[in-house]
Amino acid sequence: MGAFIGRRILQGIIVLLLVSFIAFIIFQYLGDPVMTLAGRYATQAQRAEVREALGLNKAFYVQYFNFLKNAFQGNFGMSYVTKVPVLNLILERLPASLELAIVAEAFAVILGISLGVFVSANPKNFASKFLMTGSLLGISLPTFLVGILLIYIFSIILGIMPTSGRGETVTILNFWRSGLLTFDGWRHIILPAFTLGMFQMALLFRITRGAMLEVLGAEYIRTAWAKGLKGKSVLFKHALRNALIPVITMVGLQFGQLIGFSIVTESIFQWPGAGNLLLNSMYESDFPVVATYVIIVALIVVMLNVLVDISYAFLNPKIRY
Amino acid sequence: MLNKINQIRKTKFFIHFIKKPIAVTALIVISILFLGALFAPVIAPQNPYDMDKLDLANSLLPPIWMEGGQSPYLLGTDVQGRDIFSTILYGSRTSFLVGISVVVISGLLGGGIGLFAGYFGGIFDTVVMRTADTVLSFSKTLIAMLLLGVFRHSSIILVILAIVISDWVQYARTIRGEVLSVKEEEYVLASQAIGGTSLRTVFKHVLPNSVSPLLVVAAVDFGIAIMLEATLSFLGVGIPVTQPSLGMMISQGRNYLYAGKWWLIFFPGLTLMALVFSLNLISDWLRDEIDPKVKNI
Repeated sequence: MGAFIGRRILQGIIVLLLVSFIAFIIFQYLGDPVMTLAGRYATQAQRAEVREALGLNKAFYVQYFNFLKNAFQGNFGMSYVTKVPVLNLILERLPASLELAIVAEAFAVILGISLGVFVSANPKNFASKFLMTGSLLGISLPTFLVGILLIYIFSIILGIMPTSGRGETVTILNFWRSGLLTFDGWRHIILPAFTLGMFQMALLFRITRGAMLEVLGAEYIRTAWAKGLKGKSVLFKHALRNALIPVITMVGLQFGQLIGFSIVTESIFQWPGAGNLLLNSMYESDFPVVATYVIIVALIVVMLNVLVDISYAFLNPKIRY
Repeated sequence: MLNKINQIRKTKFFIHFIKKPIAVTALIVISILFLGALFAPVIAPQNPYDMDKLDLANSLLPPIWMEGGQSPYLLGTDVQGRDIFSTILYGSRTSFLVGISVVVISGLLGGGIGLFAGYFGGIFDTVVMRTADTVLSFSKTLIAMLLLGVFRHSSIILVILAIVISDWVQYARTIRGEVLSVKEEEYVLASQAIGGTSLRTVFKHVLPNSVSPLLVVAAVDFGIAIMLEATLSFLGVGIPVTQPSLGMMISQGRNYLYAGKWWLIFFPGLTLMALVFSLNLISDWLRDEIDPKVKNI
């Protein structure tokens, strides 16, 4: 077990090194940092000074090493556009993104799994057939279209939901601005969270259903029925527990997807999160922000993957490490 | 030829297909959209990307059946006076082009890599699979967006490449899994035993027996690639503004939605949805046909 976890962590570190290398290339070689930082009208001497300060005269591997060292110390350089340390810029936006992602994921997991269980228990039901087709539609709709549709229906026609922004926020622990503690915040998060979570929900629903159908055909389930256990007990205690393994793996693995889609969602709802920041930074060629975003996302995804692997090993004793 | 058709008509595949009204409907929808895209220059009343043909006086006209609608603008016009119907036809050309290219390139590339990784194993296999895991844990949307956004050039070829770079992985994984079980089969062992070269064994025996699940992947992937292109173009990092794309139509129409000009978004959105939904229905049906075991996902 220890060796298995160790190997997973090692793999995670290799991935992070690779990603940091790509980020380094974006940071150092795309755009012209000297021109951007020194300004268009800087003299030759000023430019040389900036080059020296950025370490651009040093050997390639020294530059990469320094980049890594700085990254470890939380120093990712300055934004070209706002001239603020990049890390602060992103950290300030991160709570908004994480709250959106968590609410969306929670919604997807709860609804997806319960609907999946329902359909697997009543496969002939009309509602089940409706849900199956509906879920296929759910994975056929692009995120941006869902978002626009929801805004059109709930904000423009019905006028009961806000179109954009995060609403009222409260600062907790000095750095985390949360929208989840106010009614207004919840009103603002519902539409974007639904938009972001819908694809996941449809996917989890289909996977849960599949896993449940497979488990429900197993011998030990027949034994459970034969013992005269109640339907609820068989369904939740015996079947769902075993069916959950692929579902949990999927939840962990799909988190990276969620981050990708969250950029689209944030852009549609003008959500003040890191994804929106990334988009704007890309439009403005603000490469330090892009590079740092890439590293932070990689860090989150890799850590989650390691956690999923470990929990997978705990959940399923059949897995050999 | 007739003989061939009769042969096809008797296959189980065909009979099952005809019995499934949903799959048939989906195929008809895709065919109509495909023909529309293919013959866009013939069908479309206007070439929406020929600046001379655009007239600002005709901007934001509603669909023809509504008050103020004008012939020949069947589904209305956008802010530059572009005929929505024509733009959809041209835009779905881009969708099909991207979808088909992505599926073909990723399929060949990923299929090839997965085939060899699975058959030969070893370090190559480990590297390929670790790469696949890594790519899969990040989102395709994110990778394509970063690539296109960072390089700041856009063209249809770059969009295709940006998608392929993370897309081949699923083909590689799928076929590898198949190959791992197929290569233990007796006919493969027999081929090896009578001294068939590795290449011969791989292409004559392993490949034909492990390729069918790729069809399912391809059908799903077709839809995903089309959705991804639309998303990238929607965000402004995909197809250049001078070329038609359903995603871009929706992005441009978005600002007018608030003013009640719903047709700018509704029709391209509906086309996109119909296309992807039909592809997913077909892939669902294919999955049931090819492998009843994995009916579920």
